[in-house]
Amino acid sequence: MENFEPKIVSFACNWCTSAGADLAGTSRMEYLPNSVLIRVMCSSRVDPQHILWAFKKGADGVFIGGCHPGDCHYIDGNYKTLRRIKFLKKMLENFGIEPERLHLEWVSASEGQKFVQVINEFTNKIKKLGALNLPEGSQN
Amino acid sequence: MKKRTGVFVCHCGINIAGTVDVKNVAKELSKYEGVVHSEDYVYMCSDPGQKLIENAIKEHKLDSVVVACCSPSLHEKTFRNVTQSAGLNPYQCEIANIREQCSWVHKDKEKATSKAKKIVKSIVQKVLRNESLEPITVPVTKRAMVIGGGIAGIQSALDIADGGHEVILVERSPSIGGHMIQLSETFPTLDCSQCIMTPKMVEVANHPNVKLMTYSEVQEISGYVGNFKVKILKKPTYVDPNVCTLCDECTKVCPVVVPNEFDEGMTGRKAIYIPFPQAIPATYTLDIESCPGVVPIACGKCADVCEPNAIDFDMKPEIVEEEVGAIVVATGYDLYGKDKMAEYGRGRYPDVLDGLQFERLLSASGPTSGEILRPSDHKVPKEVVFIQCCGSRDPELHKPYCSKICCMYTAKHALLYKEHVPDGQAYVFYIDIRSGGKNYEEFVQRAVEDEGVVYLRGKVSKVFQNNGKITVWGVDTLTGKDIEINADMVVLAMAMEPSHKTNELAKQLKIALDKDGFLSEAHPKLRPVESVTGGLFVAGAGQAPKDIPEAVAQASGAASKVQAMFSEDVIHQAPIVAAVDEELCSGCKLCIPICPYDARVFDEEKGIVSVNEVLCEGCGSCIAACPSGAAQQKNFTDDQIYSMVETILEGE
Repeated sequence: MENFEPKIVSFACNWCTSAGADLAGTSRMEYLPNSVLIRVMCSSRVDPQHILWAFKKGADGVFIGGCHPGDCHYIDGNYKTLRRIKFLKKMLENFGIEPERLHLEWVSASEGQKFVQVINEFTNKIKKLGALNLPEGSQN
Repeated sequence: MKKRTGVFVCHCGINIAGTVDVKNVAKELSKYEGVVHSEDYVYMCSDPGQKLIENAIKEHKLDSVVVACCSPSLHEKTFRNVTQSAGLNPYQCEIANIREQCSWVHKDKEKATSKAKKIVKSIVQKVLRNESLEPITVPVTKRAMVIGGGIAGIQSALDIADGGHEVILVERSPSIGGHMIQLSETFPTLDCSQCIMTPKMVEVANHPNVKLMTYSEVQEISGYVGNFKVKILKKPTYVDPNVCTLCDECTKVCPVVVPNEFDEGMTGRKAIYIPFPQAIPATYTLDIESCPGVVPIACGKCADVCEPNAIDFDMKPEIVEEEVGAIVVATGYDLYGKDKMAEYGRGRYPDVLDGLQFERLLSASGPTSGEILRPSDHKVPKEVVFIQCCGSRDPELHKPYCSKICCMYTAKHALLYKEHVPDGQAYVFYIDIRSGGKNYEEFVQRAVEDEGVVYLRGKVSKVFQNNGKITVWGVDTLTGKDIEINADMVVLAMAMEPSHKTNELAKQLKIALDKDGFLSEAHPKLRPVESVTGGLFVAGAGQAPKDIPEAVAQASGAASKVQAMFSEDVIHQAPIVAAVDEELCSGCKLCIPICPYDARVFDEEKGIVSVNEVLCEGCGSCIAACPSGAAQQKNFTDDQIYSMVETILEGE
């Protein structure tokens, strides 16, 4: 398990978290390379089915980043995301997936440091949890 | 689905190539599904780099392009233009961000290269499924609204009006002029503030293209860029400005005295008043909050003495509806709350003033006609202590930011004090002196060297009243000595904060605020006068603390953005909007309350929910809510996201 390198899919909104990730880059802050980011316009574009699909296809963790409450470019998209993620976390347990494998965080465009910190913390948490290892056949 | 994608991997000098093996990425991508051409180049954004892409599109008959380079926020537009000039639809070009989100944040070359490949492949999967899109065009209403009648708002309104467009200038107080009209002299030239401000006020009020609405507040805004509908509440002044002769008889009989806002509470005014002699519009306002009541039975003395019968107690609030295409928000600043900095005696000792109160003391139109006198006993203060950074640069207790103008106006205050009271002594407590600006440093030096103002680097620990004096305890960190000054007057350079009600207005406008409550600009460096919301622009100290020349420059910048928008009859919006598959939509209407823009509408005839593309901002929130998969976001479809997820998770 020492050398376990988890696979993480990150969804980030265009206006805050993806811009925050860009700022982390511009500021040359280093973080763990396990997650690959998919940029969507708003975190509320992320359908719970996208997250389940990621777990089904072998993700050990899924990260969602959105704007801080009250700061959403689309007024209140992040609140919709929050409700959906809370609901989905409850369902994940029934699927045999630890809810901690799904993480939602608010990262603004000016929070490059925070992006680095949450990605590192989340990656290390997933490293500790180990591979997801869904039962054979569930990947299809 | 398309089959002929080209991949172009940029080295960005060593910015990408230093950590990512770009040749390896290009080589592996050349074998990837749907990719018919793949190459790398040292600077894709350079002219030869752009030519290379253009030629490859033609030579290899590419139908789509992925450029693996920096963040799409930088060069997406560049490469989409290249794609377009090679004859493709610009939406057939996508950016794979392998710099900010890969090469700059990882050090292990092998891992970074592997991650870069995943990023590029996922974007290839996206572009393979991209539709060709045309921008959505919407007509523009070529009228503007400017909110706030301070120097920034006035400058914006004048520039737009001079450009030949109608402007509605909305100001919530009875007169335009803002804080600048309260000031005595302005640094570093010591121009009389009123002398340079009043011509601007007159000009904007008389401009044929400007509709001035004072004592008015924006109440409701709907619509979108180019087409806003605004409801403005015009509060009743109870005085008809066309009839009023400014004889001032009404204020003589008014029995109510309240603090005068223009003099920062150092004098009183009546319930019926003119804010200051040069007020525009030049008329009286009956402040209903302090008036005993606008019925003759309650008082009515003002109406009794008004010979021309200008006072009309039956005046009612009025809602004015306007249509505008662009809005400049110039709501300005307030000094940090009146209840703040009580530890320095503010609000407790009459001879502890804030910066604006001291401006009024210096002003020829002020309570002392420009003489510097102590409010408590009207004596000339012989020792004055100025304390900078009162509430600024104090993340633990107050505001974390620098209020920017205080170093300069404190130097001005100290200098003007010395001119008024040559035998007096001025002391300034400061943390640092920030005097960046044309002729600013020279101005501070003039205060120090020519006027002998004593600058003490350090903070003040205690201010207390002591035998008619105000004792200031502080420390001079340069000599390491404790300082005690028995002063006659203390002036606090209070922090600037966004003007009150900025928060409420921002909610109405759907304009973003930053963590300190100031209006957010679209980009801190490159888009300093636009907000992230289309059609809304920002100017002046409401966006961040700034001095007059900066506020004027930003206001002119915002005005020129508005005029650029008005130079065309239509504006183009990104077409990445929601779309509905009519076959799949069951008409369940779940998407309708989800949409914050009212863009989803039920089509009674077809029994489905359609999309108003002009209103849709393209967040994709309704897509995620659609239970039947009928709704899709153009070029952010479920199919695209699924294939991107899958690609990222492939391999080790």
